[in-house]
Amino acid sequence: MLGDSAIKAINLTKRYGPILAVDHINFEVKYGEVFGFLGPNGAGKTTTIKMLTTVTRPTEGTALVGGYDIVKQPAKVRESIGVVPQDFTSDEDLTGWENLMMIAGLYGIPKREAKERATELLDLVELSHAADRKVETYSGGMRRRLEIAMGLINRPRILFLDEPTLGLDAQTRAAIWSYVFRLKEQLGTTIFVTTHYLEEADQYCDRIAIIDHGKILAIGTPRDLKKVVGGDVVILQVAGNPETAVKVLQNIDGLSDVRIVEGFIRFKVSDGSRAAPLIFDVLSKAGVRVTSIAIKEPSMDEVFMEYTGHSLRDEWGSREEAMAMRRIVRTARR
Amino acid sequence: MTMASNPLHGLWTLTDRELKKWYKAPVVLIVTLIQPIVWLAFFGKSMNMASIFTNGSVNIPGLNIPKQIIDQIAQAYLKSTFGTTDYFSFLAASMVAQITFFTAMNSGMSIVWDRRLGVLDKLLTTPVPRGSIIMGKVLNSVLRSLAQATIVLIIATLLGMKFNTSLTPLGFALSIVGVYAALTLLALGFSALYLTLALRSTNWQSQMAIINLLNMPLMFASNSFYPIKMMPWWLRPIAYINPLTYVNDVTRGLLLGISTFSVPMDFLYLAVFAIAFSAIGIVLSWRFLSEG
Ligand SMILES: Nc1ncnc2c1ncn2[C@@H]1O[C@H](COP(=O)(O)OP(=O)(O)OP(=O)(O)O)[C@@H](O)[C@H]1O
Ligand SMILES: [Mg+2]
Repeated sequence: MLGDSAIKAINLTKRYGPILAVDHINFEVKYGEVFGFLGPNGAGKTTTIKMLTTVTRPTEGTALVGGYDIVKQPAKVRESIGVVPQDFTSDEDLTGWENLMMIAGLYGIPKREAKERATELLDLVELSHAADRKVETYSGGMRRRLEIAMGLINRPRILFLDEPTLGLDAQTRAAIWSYVFRLKEQLGTTIFVTTHYLEEADQYCDRIAIIDHGKILAIGTPRDLKKVVGGDVVILQVAGNPETAVKVLQNIDGLSDVRIVEGFIRFKVSDGSRAAPLIFDVLSKAGVRVTSIAIKEPSMDEVFMEYTGHSLRDEWGSREEAMAMRRIVRTARR
Repeated sequence: MTMASNPLHGLWTLTDRELKKWYKAPVVLIVTLIQPIVWLAFFGKSMNMASIFTNGSVNIPGLNIPKQIIDQIAQAYLKSTFGTTDYFSFLAASMVAQITFFTAMNSGMSIVWDRRLGVLDKLLTTPVPRGSIIMGKVLNSVLRSLAQATIVLIIATLLGMKFNTSLTPLGFALSIVGVYAALTLLALGFSALYLTLALRSTNWQSQMAIINLLNMPLMFASNSFYPIKMMPWWLRPIAYINPLTYVNDVTRGLLLGISTFSVPMDFLYLAVFAIAFSAIGIVLSWRFLSEG
């Protein structure tokens, strides 16, 4: 039943009362691809994953996952996917080991095999030492790592990760991504991932969809998306007053968005390395000496801003706090 | 992968998960057992009906009624009302149904917690049949009820519950099996009912409200504490449709030798109750366990 694409969303829509959480989106994910979903809070990322993983029924439209229709053949879809949801889903009253074995049982994995996989996965997420502890004693990072192990126990062909690295330290994030990458390389696992870490999307995703207010605003490789922003970002340092230099630069064709940022001059140009000699030339004729230059591709943040009109970074602080709060509230309710 | 064709797949895994929580937290078990034991102690022992009627002689000046006569009248009255002179045993027999009922009631809460704590979201992404998610909890509640009922029976016996003396050891064993069968049907029906009511709930307060709303009427509008014929007329219809009544009738019929209806009829009624609500629970869980 291998179709052409691992995931194909067709007018996928979800309405919660008056809110259009996901608004007629269409996209395709190829087999073996790491596909990133990038968007601010409330964009509809989780809702999309919930529909694709058959937890929630679409209001309209449908999607094919692994060649199966999420509305008409949900049972088939469930057999071929693994899911690491955004919120914690492990059973706090059980140990990490018991949680893994339970999920394995639900996938019908034989005991002996399940034990092998659980051992291997706990090792991978570095939880072997805590395997026999109740999950309620785990830290946030430990719980997230357990969630990831739980999502991988059935060796899915298509893996859904909803903000898998949220709230983890840089080292663990890198470890998890390198494992995800290994899955893709060695097993050809297709990975659908949402993240709000722009660097991660940039670095690890083959293609990215930018979603805001339930609509997909752009889809492409990180490279392609960055091109749309309009070439490279050039950062200059000059001897003397930067204001003079800015005035000169503003008159050069092809340069845009010339600004002074923290004493550096920053502007955009379609091809930084070709433009550099010309810029040196013009500036030295105007009597400005360049002391240093850096040419960078635009960051995902700029791509993001281009499409959504706002920065994702602004939300970081409040968002991490909100997540931490959510976790605390959940635990406290018990 | 091979599963999903088997409709029972994952059922034991889910039951086992619930049971683990229970035998790993004996406090829960002890707390659940407190209530029926308190009932037994208060209503069965201190308020023993027989002693209310037979406590000493009545002295009306000029007319001295001997104690024996009072006792005889009281015994006859008890016998005609409860079918036995031993109110403690009458009450103790109903406690096994009572504890089963309480356990079943609480099983609805566990699905609310699963939803709130996110566990349900995970379960729904796995290929486990939706019906198994409910039936795992039902099965857990059945096994738990039987274990607790056993403990209640043992304690009641220690406190002085008397069984039908005409029972042979084999007859007694068969009677116990019969009682367990009735309890199983009761637990099946009630846990399925309460779980179905909780299918969409994210709010444990509202679930508690439902439990409390049904709890008292079902407990008192039954033959648990006194026979139906002593009830006001408007309460009787509820008592007659209340499955607790029929389990109590089975327990008393088999263990004490006093049955108002007939035991096979009781079983028929209980089987219909259990099958109907389990079926409704399974069907509705496929439709309503997922969000919207
Ligand atoms: N069960 C629900 N009932 C009502 N509204 C909902 C529900 N789930 C999500 N929404 C709404 O749908 C919109 C999209 O939510 P969603 O969780 O998909 O966003 P998200 O992109 O995952 O955000 P975040 O980055 O915060 O996780 C939001 O406006 C949210 O309030
Ligand atoms: Mg989300």
